[in-house]
Amino acid sequence: MSDIRLENITKRYKDTTALNDISIQIKDREFFVLLGPTGAGKTTTLRVIAGLEKQDAGQVYFDGASIDDFQPADRDVAFVFQQYSLYPTLSVYDNLAFPLRSPLRKTPENVIKQRVTSVAEILRISHLLERKTARLSGGEMQRVSIGRAIVREPRVFLMDEPLSNLDAKLRESLRVELKHIQKTQGSTSIFVTHDQIEALTMADRIAVLHEGSLLQLGTPFDIYDRPATTYVATLVGTPRINLLNTQRVNGSLKIENSPLEVATPAANTPDEVLLGVRPEDVRLDADGTFVGKVVLTEPLGVETILHLKSGDQILLSVVAGTSAVQLNSEVRFDFARERLHFFGADGTRL
Amino acid sequence: MATIELKQVEKKFAESFAVQPLDLTINDGEFVVFLGPSGCGKTTTLRMISGLEAVTTGNIYLDGRDVTWLHPSDRDIAFVFQFFALYSHMTARQNIAFPLQAQSESRDQITKKVADVAKMLKIDHILDQKPGSLSGGDQQRVALARALVRRPAAFLMDEPLGALDAEFRESMRAEIKQLHIRQEATTVYVTHDQIEAMAMGDRIVIMSKAIVQQVGTPSDVYHNPSNLFVARFIGSPGMNLLEGQYVDGRVMLAGGSTFSIPNAYNVALNQALNDTGGKVIVGFRPEAVRVGDSGEIAAHVYADDLHGGYSMLHFELDDGVIVHGRVGRDSHHTIGTGLQFGVDPAMVRFFHPVTEQAIQPNGVHA
Repeated sequence: MSDIRLENITKRYKDTTALNDISIQIKDREFFVLLGPTGAGKTTTLRVIAGLEKQDAGQVYFDGASIDDFQPADRDVAFVFQQYSLYPTLSVYDNLAFPLRSPLRKTPENVIKQRVTSVAEILRISHLLERKTARLSGGEMQRVSIGRAIVREPRVFLMDEPLSNLDAKLRESLRVELKHIQKTQGSTSIFVTHDQIEALTMADRIAVLHEGSLLQLGTPFDIYDRPATTYVATLVGTPRINLLNTQRVNGSLKIENSPLEVATPAANTPDEVLLGVRPEDVRLDADGTFVGKVVLTEPLGVETILHLKSGDQILLSVVAGTSAVQLNSEVRFDFARERLHFFGADGTRL
Repeated sequence: MATIELKQVEKKFAESFAVQPLDLTINDGEFVVFLGPSGCGKTTTLRMISGLEAVTTGNIYLDGRDVTWLHPSDRDIAFVFQFFALYSHMTARQNIAFPLQAQSESRDQITKKVADVAKMLKIDHILDQKPGSLSGGDQQRVALARALVRRPAAFLMDEPLGALDAEFRESMRAEIKQLHIRQEATTVYVTHDQIEAMAMGDRIVIMSKAIVQQVGTPSDVYHNPSNLFVARFIGSPGMNLLEGQYVDGRVMLAGGSTFSIPNAYNVALNQALNDTGGKVIVGFRPEAVRVGDSGEIAAHVYADDLHGGYSMLHFELDDGVIVHGRVGRDSHHTIGTGLQFGVDPAMVRFFHPVTEQAIQPNGVHA
């Protein structure tokens, strides 16, 4: 296993800059997630680490040593893709054994058997070992693909949206399993996704990429609780964070098109501030300062999303369980004042 | 606006059922969602209501009028598809006006109706653009406007948000529901996304394998699923389901933990489990889990993760089953740690292991 360091990586394709001066240090045994929309540079980063793509500037280090002159095959990384690339005519066992049977490795068959059996157990596919992979479900195939990466104990796992082709229920359970496996096997893993819930739930740390630049690097708690920009704030969390234009008037920030206001966070608060309030921090409260009309309710079972209208502003609030609040009723509410987010006019956290 | 009635409606392709005989009344002004995995029969049902698909047997009534064999265009129903189906050479305005021109309305009427619907959907500013230059969300708004503009008796929507990004889906979901509240138009909506169904539907019709599994409000299907399929399908993650053995007012779980039965179920379980030798399936939602030493069930921490406003704690029981618990976001646990948990007795449900049907509490009949 390895720690990995990217130093000032830049990658250009013709006139587009895919990666712009990216520096990231990934710790040994870390589950590291690259999060961002299509075109953010996530997959390019992964391919630069794997050696499938040559950067235009910057260096990549594994355990402190530069690997820029190493061919992909010599970097000892394992790749798991969105599309499973299994051999359909081989059994699950032979697919899992395949990387170990490479002529370069000369692994004895009894060692192979031991590894394959143990990996199959970890991934809960022991009962499928004799089956041809063409006869597996999507979830089973992706388990085998992951197994094939794990089986040879590489220095680092690179996973490119491995869950995104699976249905919602499977994605949910594989997310938990992958995290468990990564934590118990202790393998350095870099996982690319555009799905914020995958990033929050699985990562030790998340790097948020956007148009080739690194916007923020931190733990899931850092990213969710202290987003560096309004872009990051809206990228994570469902339902989305409420972002409200405000004007400073003396010691308070008045929320546009509404009677709502909050105290300025600091003496040097600029005149125009974007206020961010997560929906779970908009709380129904009989003694609350604010009044709103319930214009929509979305009962999700475990919680209910309320759309509260105050003046012409609509705020989303999430409350536990099935809410008894009636449509069109007036409710009092308040913000969790210690959990407000303030951003400047350019979107940067104040 | 209209009521829609399905009486013993069924659809067969060759010898296999696409939809088993189905009875359902959709009330005037109601928003009913057909929910299920692909191939469950939900879209076929919608297409039979629209007339795009003929029924094999059964009858469909619109406001009491038998429309079973009427041509789609004679049913006064508007259809919105997942793919926007806009004319690319026409502007948004021309696309929206199209159904009215087909009905040969006057030019003034058309101009006014298009302006009204565009205002409601907040697309006034893009009316002169062609679909190709619009975002996915705006294209779907134009498609909605085209369906809304002719004020049909009912709307049928087939996964209209399926092609949109997650962020658009969330806001369009609210927009469509808002629109429904304002228009009070009878709406039948098809989706495979249970969150969308819960958020939008007055009632949800859950289908699997051509059969209706349950019809109920979001609260019904979430808190009182009629069978194991619904219990698993609704919720993210779905209901925790554990095999157990019923003995003397308690259920024994794998690994030796026992679990007291809420009083309301004692008589019912005694009767229902006569034929299973006491085998039963215990179900509870992740938010019913109470971690603490007084809990009756022993488990090991499998993983824990942050979901934003809350965390999930995943436990492994002795038989390898994973249980999901919704916990506060400050709860941190090391993988492998042993701990105890209990389940809020008001939130426990029981299922028959063979029929997979829910067992109703004493004195309640399904």
